[in-house]
Amino acid sequence: MTASRQGAPGLTFSRLADIILPRLVIAPTALACLIGFYGFIAWTAWLSFTESRLMPRYEWAGVVQYIELFGNDRWWQSMQNLAVFGGLFIFVSLAIGLVMAVFLDQKIRGEGFLRTLYLYPMALSFIVTGTAWKWILNPGLGIEKMLHDWGYTQLTFDWIINPDFAIYTVVIAGVWQSSGFVMALFLAGLRGIDDSIIKAAQMDGASLPTIYTRIIIPSLRPVFLSVFMILAHIAVKSFDLVMALTGGGPGFATDLPSIFMYQHGFTRGQLGLGAASAMMMLFTATAVVMPLLYSELRRERRG
Amino acid sequence: MQSSRLTLALAVACVFSLNAVAGEVEVLHWWTSGGEAKSVAELKKMMSAKGHTWKDFAVAGGAGDNAMTVLKTRVVSGNPPTAAQVKGPSIQEWGGEGVLATLDAVATAEKWDSILPPVVASTMKYKNHYVAVPVNVHRVNWMWVNPEVFKKAGAKVPTSWAEFDEAATKIEKAGMIAVAHGGQPWQDATVFESVALGIGGADFYKKAFVQLDAAALNSPTTLKTFETLRMVRKHMDKDMPGRDWNLATAMVINGKAGMQFMGDWAKGEFTAAGKTPGKDYLCVAAPGTDKAYTFNIDSFIVFAQKNKDLKATNDFASTVLSPAFQQVFNLNKGSIPVRLGADMSKFDDCAKKSSADFVATNKAGSLLPSFAHGMAMPSAAQGAVQDLISSFMNSNMSSQDAVAKLLVAAKKK
Repeated sequence: MTASRQGAPGLTFSRLADIILPRLVIAPTALACLIGFYGFIAWTAWLSFTESRLMPRYEWAGVVQYIELFGNDRWWQSMQNLAVFGGLFIFVSLAIGLVMAVFLDQKIRGEGFLRTLYLYPMALSFIVTGTAWKWILNPGLGIEKMLHDWGYTQLTFDWIINPDFAIYTVVIAGVWQSSGFVMALFLAGLRGIDDSIIKAAQMDGASLPTIYTRIIIPSLRPVFLSVFMILAHIAVKSFDLVMALTGGGPGFATDLPSIFMYQHGFTRGQLGLGAASAMMMLFTATAVVMPLLYSELRRERRG
Repeated sequence: MQSSRLTLALAVACVFSLNAVAGEVEVLHWWTSGGEAKSVAELKKMMSAKGHTWKDFAVAGGAGDNAMTVLKTRVVSGNPPTAAQVKGPSIQEWGGEGVLATLDAVATAEKWDSILPPVVASTMKYKNHYVAVPVNVHRVNWMWVNPEVFKKAGAKVPTSWAEFDEAATKIEKAGMIAVAHGGQPWQDATVFESVALGIGGADFYKKAFVQLDAAALNSPTTLKTFETLRMVRKHMDKDMPGRDWNLATAMVINGKAGMQFMGDWAKGEFTAAGKTPGKDYLCVAAPGTDKAYTFNIDSFIVFAQKNKDLKATNDFASTVLSPAFQQVFNLNKGSIPVRLGADMSKFDDCAKKSSADFVATNKAGSLLPSFAHGMAMPSAAQGAVQDLISSFMNSNMSSQDAVAKLLVAAKKK
């Protein structure tokens, strides 16, 4: 009785501090996120239901902007481009990154140097990558001209000016930039795997390919998820790469939703339509990422 | 003590009286390149001569996309600058937002209605009140020609689109590129616009691309325009997608290509390369358009201010339109003065021709706003039409499909 009375004030104070202090520390960040993130999502959603032109107007107008958006050829083209670009970009970057990581993991000489070499493209901004590849791929300046100068005049490589193939040049530039980074993540994952499991497998007489396909790569599952998330969001927000590489052209053959949104929202005075397209981008991203996150979280809880 | 208080009172009175006559003008513009910056410095000097302080609000970045974003932010936050560089139907869009001031007082005093061509004056007005002041005129329907290339190919400078096809074929046979072009949407639209004007004439152009009349847009003339555009497209080199306009101009300058369809800002590239008009290069109207004139006019809109005192704003507008500034600015920029009857003695031959045509087409009713440069259509329609033209140029779309899609695009509001 007396002991608890003596101990009580100090205990409640420190308990109070325990409760309040973390919340106090988190509060500013939480508030900033709430306003800067969810607040503006809500604001954009609201704008997408108005007839805002040059500047925001707040009269409810129903789903006119969405009807307009779904009737727009260019929007569908840009969504299709995102599917092609996003799919290939993520898949190819993952594949190349993983292969490079596995090769680098063979305890070879000069690993540090090679790692830096592979990782270096990540140090460039997408604008630089885009501009450089624009020159490399330009038939009159780059690869095609070089081949012609060497005498292979019948070879053509004009994807960048061909509306049917231009989107693949964006994939090339994107993969060039990102696969080194993917490699670095996988390499870190590979190094985190317990050696004793591999040694045990070796004792059992498993070959190196079997060890990789049956033990190592499956245990990289969390790395796959992170890499997928990062690449997916790079794909969805890709803007500067395309602007520098093709400017969305030829025509709008390499247009992406982000470019569509920027142009309509900010340069063409169709803020409402821009907001509607931004919402659609959000839904698309959510639709892709949510199931993945959900399954992963459930797995962790179960495991 | 007494005297010091008196001095203070006087000083305060002075400050207040100064405030009553002079003000601060803050002008948003994107004239940041060499010649343009020089012109703005001139404007600044003239404004300080009238006792106003100048606060520069330059936002770099070519076509002003960045500047517009900054401007919107300022206006939304209730702190607009005195004036901002905005042009064409966007003036009407800003007028619709209800944030502009009227310049009627200075416009009436200086008789703007008689010194500006009516078609120009009407774009500067929102609901019959002047809300903007024009700075310069660029002619868009120019064709820049390298006479050396034509001579080598044995071709003659075309005056119709049929002749163009002939001349272009000859140039190609001689191993050169007929048309230097940059495949960016606005450049595609620039060519389209000149073709449409050459095929259909001024009345058709006005009906179809200014009034967006459905019958005119859906006519055989539009169909023929797209067919001709397809023909012109064949005479462009295959590396054009994404090329900047000045690189295309360079191809004409160094004799790689014979012609370019581009507004008179291209002249700056020729001048910078040390070429003289009439000798090293020719400026002629695009085939079939010599009796018409498509213009691209830069202008400033003025904003309603919190203190309601428009003295500085009015002085600014009056200075911009003054003969002295018009001359200095346009000599630097390569465009021509927007005032009718301006003194052109200091300008080069291309500018003189441009000015003479500007005056003549104003009388003949064939002075037309260029839609490719945001002078004719609301920005939503312009964007949609531009998208369509660009995708037509870069695909196998049939002319019939293009006409049908044009009709839809032009209706965008």
